[in-house]
Amino acid sequence: MADDYPKVDRVMGGPAGWISIAFPAVLFLYFLGLLPQIVTGPQVHGIDWVPSLGIRLSVLLDGLSMTFALLITGIGTAVTLYSARYLGQHPDYPRFVCYLLMFMVGMLGLVLADNMISLFVFWEVTTIASYLLIGFNADSAKSRRSALQALLLTGTGGLVMLGGMIILGNVAGTFELSQILEMGDMVRAHPWYMGILLLFLAGAFTKSAQVPFHFWLPNAMAAPTPVSAYLHSATMVKAGVYLMARMNPALGSTEAWFWILTIFGGITAVLASVMALRQTDIKQTLAYTTLMALGSLTMFIGAGTHYAIVAAMTFLVVHSLYKAALFLMIGIVDHATGTRDATMLRGLRKAMPLTGLAAALAAVSMAGIPPMVGFVGKEFMYKAGLGLDGFGAIWVTAMIFAASAMMFVTGGIVALKPFAGDLAETPTPAHEGPWPMLAGPLVLGGLSLFFGLVPGVLGHYLVGPATHAVEGEVHEVHLYLWGGVNTALILSLLTFLAGWLLYRSHESIRARLIAFEARSPIDFDAGWDRLLDGFKAVAGWQTRLIQTGSLQRYMAVTFASFVVLVGGTYLVKGAFGAGLGLTTASVHPVQWTVLALIAVGSILVVWTHSRMTAVAAMGVVGIGVSLIFIMFSAPDVAITQLLVEVLVVVLVSLAMLRLPYLPRRSKASFRPGHALIAGGVGVVTTFLTISVLGSPFDRRLTTFFEAASYPEAHGRNIVNVILVDFRALDTFGEITVVAMAALAALALLRGTAPRKEEN
Amino acid sequence: MQSLILTTTTRLLAALLLMFSVYALLRGHNLPGGGFIGGLIGATAFILYTIATSEIEARRALRVGPSNIAVVGLGIAGLAGLSAGLAGEPFFTGQWLFLFAEDGGKGLPLSTVLVFDIGVYLAVFGGILTLVFALEEEI
Amino acid sequence: MELLLAITIGIVVATSVYLMLDRNALRFLFGLVLLSNAVNLIIFAGGRLTVGAPPLIPDGAYAPVGVVANALPQALVLTAIVIGFGLLAFTLALVYRTFMTLGTVNSDEMRIAEPRDKRELDTGRLGMGKADPEHPATGQEAGI
Repeated sequence: MADDYPKVDRVMGGPAGWISIAFPAVLFLYFLGLLPQIVTGPQVHGIDWVPSLGIRLSVLLDGLSMTFALLITGIGTAVTLYSARYLGQHPDYPRFVCYLLMFMVGMLGLVLADNMISLFVFWEVTTIASYLLIGFNADSAKSRRSALQALLLTGTGGLVMLGGMIILGNVAGTFELSQILEMGDMVRAHPWYMGILLLFLAGAFTKSAQVPFHFWLPNAMAAPTPVSAYLHSATMVKAGVYLMARMNPALGSTEAWFWILTIFGGITAVLASVMALRQTDIKQTLAYTTLMALGSLTMFIGAGTHYAIVAAMTFLVVHSLYKAALFLMIGIVDHATGTRDATMLRGLRKAMPLTGLAAALAAVSMAGIPPMVGFVGKEFMYKAGLGLDGFGAIWVTAMIFAASAMMFVTGGIVALKPFAGDLAETPTPAHEGPWPMLAGPLVLGGLSLFFGLVPGVLGHYLVGPATHAVEGEVHEVHLYLWGGVNTALILSLLTFLAGWLLYRSHESIRARLIAFEARSPIDFDAGWDRLLDGFKAVAGWQTRLIQTGSLQRYMAVTFASFVVLVGGTYLVKGAFGAGLGLTTASVHPVQWTVLALIAVGSILVVWTHSRMTAVAAMGVVGIGVSLIFIMFSAPDVAITQLLVEVLVVVLVSLAMLRLPYLPRRSKASFRPGHALIAGGVGVVTTFLTISVLGSPFDRRLTTFFEAASYPEAHGRNIVNVILVDFRALDTFGEITVVAMAALAALALLRGTAPRKEEN
Repeated sequence: MQSLILTTTTRLLAALLLMFSVYALLRGHNLPGGGFIGGLIGATAFILYTIATSEIEARRALRVGPSNIAVVGLGIAGLAGLSAGLAGEPFFTGQWLFLFAEDGGKGLPLSTVLVFDIGVYLAVFGGILTLVFALEEEI
Repeated sequence: MELLLAITIGIVVATSVYLMLDRNALRFLFGLVLLSNAVNLIIFAGGRLTVGAPPLIPDGAYAPVGVVANALPQALVLTAIVIGFGLLAFTLALVYRTFMTLGTVNSDEMRIAEPRDKRELDTGRLGMGKADPEHPATGQEAGI
């Protein structure tokens, strides 16, 4: 524990701390008050947000979102209380509180959103907040790297998921989850089902750290301990699980769903268990057990039978309770002893009895030993695994067996070993933690015991309604601690035996795993670095290719593309003939003269090498244009054009006093390639104008303005009425642009930077 | 480039132009003119004055910094738009008051639309003078 | 008339594009001025051409008498002219400032941000340390 930051004197984090504790606590009580209503059935409330796009800020409150909301706010209270003591004197603590509350709000919004788009927005809020939290210790390069890794992986996954949401929204014709979830049969039969499923799973798997996206989660341990406790128990990683559970009625119960989820979930669970054994840092060990839990949850949601969903929902609560408690406990141990190395911690039970009690309660629940609620969860997992058909039953049961045995072992490593035996030397002498830090782990551990003793409460209020929400139909859920002697119980006993054997030899296993890892060519984390390096190499290559840094080339490419794309479209569509019926018959000599003036003036600007001639010629063109406005009944425009033309000449002439002469004209200064492009743009523009003028004209808007100008806007000059009344907001924007351009130019001209930069 | 004749006539001409610019602004709702044109004419008056005398003289004559005028103009235009909110109507809905109106006639119309146009006038006027003065000052 | 106007617009556009393809920033600026003129003309002409009937409502009437010119593109062009002027003035200030700072108006010689030799630019990592598998988080690094 690095206590080497300058301390700021705050009692429980000061106002920031009190607010951060009160916020989740009040919400927790609020949700608790709503619980009895939810047991009877789901509720939807909402307001329209972007009605034209079908985006509503609506709330879907059913058993699933309620369970999550209670976990988020309940564990949130424990975590904020803990942090107020743990980090309260850190100079950046108020910033930390901001991030944590932002994260909490994002997570709550995510689980409560009924609209897929708002769900996505909250999803990304949690992504960004987790980035800020993981990288909170920003002085450390490792923190920054871990934070960026989490951001890029989960953020990319989120974007992919957005694609799935949009397709699903179009297929279903609504973005409201409460409606989509009732169209499951239609969605599953749709030809795009597979695409939607894969896009959604990309989001869920990255967020919930399933193989092969698992590596960001252990790295995210760079976050302060209370954040890890929060991220790993009730939030962030559970968002992916929530999404899969939420979408189960719409996307689940297919072959693809079953196999993808059970296989990836199973592999994640077992790989994570092995990796957990390998770690010496007990915080890292716990990180891998989270992966294990996520894998199991994914597997059960994939399996999709009634027992599997009950098992998943039970385990969800069970895991949140013990995982938060264990992480918070580790923070206390770390705080008190100065180390988290499992090989150094020994015999702390006398120095830290309450911490030891909390750790024991949580770890026993994690190991799945009765009478803790963890045992209930495990029983139902076995029951669910055994209830499947064919290969699925063998696969899932085997995976649970392996994962549960490993959890037994890790429970021993993180909670038994540090407290048992004789007291070992630690960097700082061990002492008991303060009450705000102990309260959370003790309450959570106590709940693990309470729910284990009266599983019916858990089943009735949380697991039952949640299962109902995930399955989309009502089944009575009855949780029990003792189900008689059956296969599940025998498997449990075998698990304990296997776990005990593994625990006895875990140190030699760890040594072998470390040796094995050193030789293994597969390293996801290094692969990630190579991927990023590859991206940067490609980006560098294409930047060098496209961005040469020559303005001339950019312009040439832009204009040439215009010629090719617009002109090409003309050729392909055969539109070059359109509008050629326009004649020159009725052209008045004055009009001829004005047009000739404009043409000659613009050619003169190109031809001359004298700046003053060029400015004068531009003036000629401008005045010619204003004459056209006068001839064709636009007095306002003509006056404006004339005045602006005068101003242009004044401004350019002023600038000329200090700017260099134009280069002298020579044979070499003619650029035939550019002339070709310029000619092409001119020809295409001419044809474009002709075909516009030759096609029928829709005067509806103008007719409206003409009719409404006097009766409604009390003005006789229709142009002015449009400017200051009908389209006043546009005009407001335009004068803002004028003022901004003036201020920007002022800043440029008045800049005090050195005149010439030496380098 | 100090010419006595130019300086003297310019004083008169600039005053006339300024007056005309206000006239163009006020009549704009019913006849050619309006805030944009008025602002441009007003700016031209001061540019003429600048050329005849100097940028410093023109600034003195203007009294207020042109960039301030531009920003105040923006503010007036924005407030004129917001005022519709007082009547409970959407942003930028014109509010009218007809003084001394008799049957069929509209009397002396006062409106937020005119206030908005005055804002446009000031924004354009101030914006252009900001540019010209800055360039003139630098050179 | 429409046909001739379209051809004239084509000529102005062609000359402005040629000017904008020049290395000399001043000539680029001239091209910008001409191009905004040409574009304004196109928008204006797009509302169709009407001779001798400005979009005004005569005294005593509640709507224009007879067919008058299209007011909508006129309003659009009017603001476009003023905005175009703002853009021009800003570009001019930019060219001016660039010349004062860099001593050139040749766009190819303005290369402070993008030096000709791209290999000098750092293409290394984003300044991130790589995780060390042998030394997982210790309290010093990972806690606060």
